[in-house]
Amino acid sequence: MATKALQDINKKPLTPQRVVITILKYLVILCTSAMMVLPFLWMISASFKDNLDVFEFPIKWIPDPFVTENYTYIWEQANYIVLFANTIKLTLIITLLQLITCSLAAYAFSKIIFPERDKLFLAYLATLMVPFQVIMIPQFIIIRNLGLSDSHLALILIQAFSPMGVFLLRQFYLTIPNELSEAARIDGLNEFGIYSRIILPLAKPTLASLTIFTSVTVWNDFLSPLIYLSSSDKFTIQLGLRNLISENSAEYGAIMAASVISLIPILIVFLSCQKFFVEGTTAGSVKG
Amino acid sequence: MSKKPPAPMPSKAITRRNRRNAYLFLLPNFLGFLVFTFIPVIFAFALSFTNWQGSNKMDFIGIDNFIRMFGDSDFTISFINTVIYTVGTVPFIMLFALLLSMLINSGIKGAPIFRALHFFPHISSIVAISVVWQFLYNNSQGPINMFLRSIGIQNPPGWLSSATWALPAVMIMIIWKYIGYYMINYLAGLQAIPKDLYEAATIDGANGIEQFFYVTLPQLKPTTFYVLIMAVIESFKVFTPIHVMTQGGPGRATSVLVYQIYRDAFVNFEMGYASAMSMALFVVIFVVTLIQFKLQNKYEN
Repeated sequence: MATKALQDINKKPLTPQRVVITILKYLVILCTSAMMVLPFLWMISASFKDNLDVFEFPIKWIPDPFVTENYTYIWEQANYIVLFANTIKLTLIITLLQLITCSLAAYAFSKIIFPERDKLFLAYLATLMVPFQVIMIPQFIIIRNLGLSDSHLALILIQAFSPMGVFLLRQFYLTIPNELSEAARIDGLNEFGIYSRIILPLAKPTLASLTIFTSVTVWNDFLSPLIYLSSSDKFTIQLGLRNLISENSAEYGAIMAASVISLIPILIVFLSCQKFFVEGTTAGSVKG
Repeated sequence: MSKKPPAPMPSKAITRRNRRNAYLFLLPNFLGFLVFTFIPVIFAFALSFTNWQGSNKMDFIGIDNFIRMFGDSDFTISFINTVIYTVGTVPFIMLFALLLSMLINSGIKGAPIFRALHFFPHISSIVAISVVWQFLYNNSQGPINMFLRSIGIQNPPGWLSSATWALPAVMIMIIWKYIGYYMINYLAGLQAIPKDLYEAATIDGANGIEQFFYVTLPQLKPTTFYVLIMAVIESFKVFTPIHVMTQGGPGRATSVLVYQIYRDAFVNFEMGYASAMSMALFVVIFVVTLIQFKLQNKYEN
C-alpha cells in the first residue's frame, strides 16, 4: 500500500518531507484501524477457545486447540435459537410497521393541505427532542395498564410509531415537486394512488435508510427490552447476552461466542448496505 | 425547519375532502404516537410532582421530589458523574473524529476501507462491545493489563474494579466506539468545502497549518457545532455500558443519571421520584437543543 502511495506522489515534486508525511499518514491510519479492529478479533478468537485459554498472554490469535463447543453451548443450552428468533421477529415487525405508518403520516403532513396540519406536526416536532429515557416511566405505566407487561407487543407498540420516521420522510417528500402529485390528481388518481404510485417509488432511498436505521436500532436495543421483558423465553439477543454475563460469568468462551452471534447480522447488513449507513449518518449535519 | 408550501384558499368542499383524506393517512401513526409518545411526554411532567410508587394511590406532593433530589447524594453524584463523562468524552471524540476525517480525506489509498473499519464499532451492539471490553479490562488477566505489565508497568490501573479508573475505563471505550460515527459527519463537512478556497489560500502563500486554521476549521463550524450538540445529548443519555460493565460501581463511582433513574423507577419502584430526576435530564437536553436551534438559525442566515 505504501509503495503505491509513493508512486502516487511522484506526480508532484518528490521531496523527502513529502515522503515522510505520506509514510506517517499511513502509519497513523493503520494504527487507528488496528485499534478499531483488534477488540473484535480478540472476541472472535476467544470465542473459539477453552475458558482456560481465553486470557492466555501473549495472545494466541489463532486458537489452539480450536474449540467450537462455545457455539453449540450458546445455541443449545443458552437457548439462543429462541432469543435469535425473538429478536428477528421484533426487528421485522417494528421496522415494517414504522415504514408503513410513518410513510402514510408523512404524506398527510407534506402533500395534503388541511387546517390542523401545522399544529399536529408541531406536536410531532416537539416530542422529537424528548428522549426515550425521559418518557420511559409513563410509557411503562400505560403499557402495564393495558395489561401488556412482559410481552413483545409492548416493545412493538412503543417503537413502531416513531415521530423521527415521520419527520425524516416528510422532509424528503417536501423535496418532491407538488406539480407531480397535482398532475396525477388531474389524471384521476386518488390520494392513495398518488402516495403508492408516485411518492413511494421516489422515496425509495429514504425508505431504505429508515429501514436500516430502524432495524439496527431495534436489533441493538437494550433498555426497552430490559424494562419490559421478564420471562427468559421472551428475551432478545442483547438481553440474553447481559443475562449470560451475570449468570455464567466464568464461561468466557461462551460469552464471547454469544457476543459474536449478536454482531453477525449487523455486520452482514453493514457490508451489504454501507452506502445507506453513510447517507443516514450525514442526513442532519450538512445543510444545502 | 423547512418552510411550508404556500396554501391557496381551498373551497369548503375541498377542505372537507382533504381533511378526511389527511386523517385517514395520519390515523395509524397518530394513534400510536398519541398513546405511546405524546401522552407520556405530558404524563412524565405530571408524574414528577407525585409520590407514585407503582401501586399506591397517586398523591400530588408539589415540588417535594425536586427538593429531595437536591439533597440526595445518589442523584447529585450521578449527575456529576454524567457531567464528568460528557466533558471527558465529547472533546476527545470530536478531536479524533476531525483528525481522522482529514487523514482519510487526504487522498490516501483504501479510504473507503479505513472509513468502514472506523465506523463499524458505532453500529455494533453496545452490549456486546461492553462485554468484550469488560474482558479486555480484566484487572488480573485481561490483555490490556497484561500488555501494560509486559512493557514494564508494574501496577497497571485496576480499571473497572477501581473506583478511580472505572469511569475513565468506560469513557475510553465510548470514545473508541463513537469516533467513527462523528468522523463520517466531519468527512461530509470536509467534502462540502469548496476547493477554490484552498487554491486561493495557496496562492496567498498559506501553508498547510495556516490553511487548516483559516480555511478548514472556519468552514467546518456548522459540522463541529452539530457534532458537539449530538455528542453532548448522546452522552447525557448513557446507560447500557454502565448497566453491563459496572452497575454503577465500585460504590457509586460510575453511577450516571439514566442509570439512577432506571434504578429508582424499575428496581425501587419510586416512579414519582424517578420522574423528577428524568425532568432534570429533560431540562439539560432541552437547553442544549434550544442552543442548537438558536445557533443553527444564525449559521443558516
